[in-house]
Amino acid sequence: MSTVQEERLAAQAGGGAQIWVRQLWPWVVAAILAILAPTVFSSGHDIHMLSSMGIMVVFALSYNMLLGNTGLLSFGHAVYFGLGAYIAMHALRYTNDAVLDGTGYGIPIELIPLIGGIAGLGFGIIFGAVSTRRAGVVFAMISLGIVGLVEASSLAFTGFFGGEAGLFGDREDVNSLFGIEYSRSISVYYLVVAWAFIAAVAMFVLRKTPLGWMANAVRDNPERAQFVGYNTQMVRFLQFCLSAFFAGIAGGLFVLVEEIVTDEAVGFLLSGEVLLAAYIGGIGFFLGPVIGAILVVYLESNLSAISDAWLLYFGVLFIGVVMFAPMGLVGIAFQQWMNFRSGGWRGTLLARGYCTAAALVALLGFICIVEMSYHYLRSWNPSQPMTLFITDVNVTTATPWLISIAIFAAGLGALLFHAKPMLRRAADTAGGQQ
Amino acid sequence: MLETIVFSLLNGLLYGMLLFMLSSGLTLIFGMMGVLNFAHASFYMLGAYFAYTMGLYTGFWVALFLAPILVGALGALVERWGLRHVHQHGHVPELLFTFGLAYVIEELVRLFYGTIPMDYRMPDSLNFPLFSLFGTNYPAFRVFVLVIAVLMFIGLFILLKKTRAGLIIQGSLSRPDMVSALGHNVPQVFMWVFAFGTALAALGGVVGGIHFVTEPGMAFMMGPIVFVVVVLGGLGSIPGALIASMIIGILQTFVLSVDFSIAHIGLWFGYAVPPDHFFATLFYLDSTRIAPVLPFLILVLTLIFRPRGIMGKREA
Repeated sequence: MSTVQEERLAAQAGGGAQIWVRQLWPWVVAAILAILAPTVFSSGHDIHMLSSMGIMVVFALSYNMLLGNTGLLSFGHAVYFGLGAYIAMHALRYTNDAVLDGTGYGIPIELIPLIGGIAGLGFGIIFGAVSTRRAGVVFAMISLGIVGLVEASSLAFTGFFGGEAGLFGDREDVNSLFGIEYSRSISVYYLVVAWAFIAAVAMFVLRKTPLGWMANAVRDNPERAQFVGYNTQMVRFLQFCLSAFFAGIAGGLFVLVEEIVTDEAVGFLLSGEVLLAAYIGGIGFFLGPVIGAILVVYLESNLSAISDAWLLYFGVLFIGVVMFAPMGLVGIAFQQWMNFRSGGWRGTLLARGYCTAAALVALLGFICIVEMSYHYLRSWNPSQPMTLFITDVNVTTATPWLISIAIFAAGLGALLFHAKPMLRRAADTAGGQQ
Repeated sequence: MLETIVFSLLNGLLYGMLLFMLSSGLTLIFGMMGVLNFAHASFYMLGAYFAYTMGLYTGFWVALFLAPILVGALGALVERWGLRHVHQHGHVPELLFTFGLAYVIEELVRLFYGTIPMDYRMPDSLNFPLFSLFGTNYPAFRVFVLVIAVLMFIGLFILLKKTRAGLIIQGSLSRPDMVSALGHNVPQVFMWVFAFGTALAALGGVVGGIHFVTEPGMAFMMGPIVFVVVVLGGLGSIPGALIASMIIGILQTFVLSVDFSIAHIGLWFGYAVPPDHFFATLFYLDSTRIAPVLPFLILVLTLIFRPRGIMGKREA
């Protein structure tokens, strides 16, 4: 809604050119960031992570076409990602064979994600026809059934899926439309960026089409949409197919980056991950799944190296977002920004800072407790000192535990019983003065 | 042949009864709150782990009662301080909350117990063959599981159909507003049902952990199957859950124990599918490899053709 209002405001303020500037600058910033990112994150591991981020961004955006735009909660979106990836892998292998034999040209590597997308679209049409007849919990359950079906059959049909070992291909014995060598991971990264931009722009434009608006209507009030004369089932079906198409593109990119695809690509776990990514970022905003995907991939690839407990943090973060910030991280940021612009921060700055500080202290205590628990319970020799932020502690003694619990309790107590009431009072006084 | 059939039937019955223990609680919760509780199988897992830990100190028989009570209390806490809080945001966040909870519980179990399977065994008092069939002994523990499941079914049936509490629960299932208007505290009823349902799942875990393996992946193994049972049986229907559990349990066991493929049907009519046929892999697919696919196929077909399940009164 806010974008519409902004557009109108911009139109009143002055002409079409300004609308374009307002609409375009986030894209330009994103493009510059994406292009410059490898100069900062330049190690092999980092470039692989950046490529994974690009893939996940496309995948999460495609997922949000269902959950955010159409209100369809799917537990099996990885099916279209994975099946797209498998078909793309077959296309890649076919190309590898053709190039190695010298018998043919095969499919240019730049177009392989498109093959994945078309495959995703095809399976989206098949499964969408049976699952989009209803919305809500029935749709969610059917999507759960379909992902179980496909994951279980991926191990049964070894000819197509390659069994437990999966399928391999390589991106060296291929032809390129532009004569680029893709053996280096940096060139694949830029291919991912290019495709991610094409897909993201397409998905953004789709939101602004009549179909996109009708999808919102079907999400918010299906009965009314029906009375207006739209076929809600058809709207859901179309959104579903398009979403499967973009998920397939992400799957095709995945094949090019990883050069291997296994049954994990069609499974429950990846379906859950994309749901987490989109929801943590915020499903009500176009930017939400982008931020969520980047965050999730970053945490996965870096936090897992730092801490054994990363899955626990991940789960707690997700529950925290569901319970206290159903709009997601981007939603919170947007809310605070609007609040700031309308002067809502005036007079409450100190209280806000106090709240944030208290929350951070509680978080610090929580992390200390979790890390020490992991060391105590999981390490071969718990009495060996562990490094906790800056100090070495011995978790078999009581002191570090008492200190951690004290930090946690102090932070939480200050937040709940002192900082929050203070913020409320400050907001009341500031509101009263206005 | 007869031996295979009898044993498959017995094992299928056992598996079905274990499924029933899990799904009876879930069907009540699902039917009442409209929430697919993703964490339900996690409470089943907690039941197994708690019973294992308590069993080390108190023995199996005390743990059999204490573990479900403890897990039920945990379930009540989750409902009171978690689910009720997200309830105001709508169904999707509720569902996602249980989804995240399943993650966290599994990770906590990994934290406290590690990834290796626990050495959780049946008590010595049940470790003897009860009877023998075709020269094979049938363990008493399996019969014990059957007895517990049957007792649970009877108890649930009496509770829901014959008592005042059951009347209120049933009322809250279909007409929460009306029950609330009559002066009952519906959120509290929800909490009790949630606690009760998780306790039933934990009871399933106490015996299921012995029958299968007690390891952190056990919740994920059972989770999707339990949904299949609940949907097939019909939301909120205990007899439906029983029938569906039996169907799934026996079907899965049978498919695993016979060697069959679609090509066999052709052979009955004197037609052998050529190995180079385009769909040869499909026709020659072993029934043991079809087994994991079957529950999900049933789930999808049920939802498409009969969304209210076998005994359900309303659609999912």
